[in-house]
Amino acid sequence: MAQKARPYIPLTATQQTQRPPRKRPNWLPQRWYAHVVLILSCFFVGLPLLYAMLVSTQTNAEVANFRLTPGSSLGEHLNQVLVNRYLGQFIWNSVVLSVVITVGKTILSLMSGLAFVYFRFPGKWLVFGFVLATLMMPTEILIIGLYRFMTGTLEWGGTFQGLAAPFLASATGTFLFRQHFANLPAELSEAAQMDGANPIQFLFSVLIPMSWNTIGALAVIQFIYSWNMYLWPQLIMQGGDFQVVQVGLRSLLSVDTSIAYGPLMLGAVIASIPPVVVFILLQKQFMSGFQITTDK
Amino acid sequence: MIPVEMIQLLSAAILALIGAALLGFLGRRSVNGLRNGVVVGALAGAIGSQLFMLPLNYCMFEAERGQTDMLAGIGLIVLGALALIWGGAFLLRFLDRDTDWRTLIMGASTPGLFRGQWGIMPWLLLAPSLVILTLFLYYPAIDNLRLSTLLARLGTDRTAFVCLDNFTKLFDPRQNYGQTMYATFFIAFFVVFIGLALGLFIAYMAYQPVKGANIYRTLLIWPYAISPVAAGIIFNIIFNESSGIMNQIIRAGGGTPVEWLQNSSIAPWTIIAASVWKSLGFNILFYIAGLQNVPDDLQEAAAIDGANTVQRFFQIILPLLGPITFFLVITNVTYAFFDTYGTIDFLTRGGPAGATSTMIYRVINDGISKRDLGLAAAQSLVLFVIVIGITIVQFRTSGRRVTYGA
Repeated sequence: MAQKARPYIPLTATQQTQRPPRKRPNWLPQRWYAHVVLILSCFFVGLPLLYAMLVSTQTNAEVANFRLTPGSSLGEHLNQVLVNRYLGQFIWNSVVLSVVITVGKTILSLMSGLAFVYFRFPGKWLVFGFVLATLMMPTEILIIGLYRFMTGTLEWGGTFQGLAAPFLASATGTFLFRQHFANLPAELSEAAQMDGANPIQFLFSVLIPMSWNTIGALAVIQFIYSWNMYLWPQLIMQGGDFQVVQVGLRSLLSVDTSIAYGPLMLGAVIASIPPVVVFILLQKQFMSGFQITTDK
Repeated sequence: MIPVEMIQLLSAAILALIGAALLGFLGRRSVNGLRNGVVVGALAGAIGSQLFMLPLNYCMFEAERGQTDMLAGIGLIVLGALALIWGGAFLLRFLDRDTDWRTLIMGASTPGLFRGQWGIMPWLLLAPSLVILTLFLYYPAIDNLRLSTLLARLGTDRTAFVCLDNFTKLFDPRQNYGQTMYATFFIAFFVVFIGLALGLFIAYMAYQPVKGANIYRTLLIWPYAISPVAAGIIFNIIFNESSGIMNQIIRAGGGTPVEWLQNSSIAPWTIIAASVWKSLGFNILFYIAGLQNVPDDLQEAAAIDGANTVQRFFQIILPLLGPITFFLVITNVTYAFFDTYGTIDFLTRGGPAGATSTMIYRVINDGISKRDLGLAAAQSLVLFVIVIGITIVQFRTSGRRVTYGA
């Protein structure tokens, strides 16, 4: 999937005689049009963030005067955003939440993958269907019911468990591991049983060491997903003391009477660093996490 | 007024007949097909006609209810019956093909089972997941169904049954729900369409064996990891009326500043721009992967036959990318319907005058801010049906045509 692009050689002898290749001046690289399009694309994709970074160093007056040189207020804004507006605390909260959800989801998915592949039990296909159906039920659609249940019945409004619990189980993760385990050779479990290992020992000594790629894939997807969650934390954490960074950015909107663009942009940029870094470093794992849906 | 029992019997009988006729007709060719079809069809029609009516207790046929309710009631009877008949047709087809229906759900059985009696061990392994899915997905979903028929306010426990009022209220012009649906479909269509078209174009360029392809790729895909909220904030400094860079440039050029966020026919486009920017990287990433799987020999063969680049693109590459496009449409539709919430909340807050107020935005606005839980639950149900509908249509139109090449 992530191999290098294979060179594509379309020209055949017949075609060459039909249409002689146009002469390309030496200074022009091969496929120069692709370079032009790509450079332009990269520029336009990067422009919004670059400008946001620029503004994050400027005062409102500098923004209004449309200066394209960095301002002098970066340090002041950093202090304002991270300390005065507690964004440092919010970022830490987001780290905790994302790690808890990612680790919890991975563990629960490993467990259910193990159960679905290596055990025979009555009603297995029914239970599998029960998990499968949740793929069609995004949280957003049942959010009113979930909110009522959380705040009313459980009284978990404003708590960490209310924030994290709904996202700990995952159909995607279960399928990912089921698929991965089912494709492992059957001799593995035969040999483990021969050695007298029980399923839990088998999980820890054979399955997990052979699944780091899949675990990595699920982890990247889940980390980015939970870091970027906004709707649910906004609802459930009203009046709570464990706000995440995406909602925390709201507080930067109303600094004084008017918006201070510098701190706001700085907040958005800082809040984007962790998921972007994770994503760029673990691109390959991220892609392989979707193999289940892209490859047949 | 016709008594409820009468409607019940009549509707069950009519729909049982329709179901029997439909499925009997479909199965007339195969062995026992006619008999099976008639039996399953009749059962599905009869039970299906009661599917929505029993929980609702035929409330829309009560004397004091108007014509809209009655029509909705008849619609629900037919809808429930059709849903079950459709499911029956599905079931019969697989019975006919002699495939084990369990493998349909589970896939082929897996080798390497643990021998011996493990008793509750698999259940212990599954328990945490099942408990969470039941408590936080299934229960709220069912509660959502129930809430949609209730007059329920946030913060009070008292509720009252109001039949389909929450749904019929959506047709009330004062609710402006038509505009909300229009805004949702408008934004979703262009987010998906522009996102995919632009993504494929850029991916086609980035997939060519140019120098530094990996660097280009990384510089193109990172916005995927940016949150919808951050996208909203960043696009604020671009399209903000007074201080945004766009209007600064326009002013510098002597033009009139554009009301990117305050004009109700421009604001949706600003949302679309921010959303496409955020999703483009994801689309590029998957299209590059898909393009790498397009076999070179096919393209060479077409080139020998004299197909030019454009022809090769539309007649060979695009069809072969079917599965990827299918996957991307599904993920992009979900993104456009739900995840744009954060972007909208930070850019326009649903305004101006509801022009960017999408269905999910309305769910939260009506349910939490205006505290009308019943109305919001009804809206999320409508949303649910639409998203499932799009998925099914998408499956039926492109699911068949997709080619699983190489």
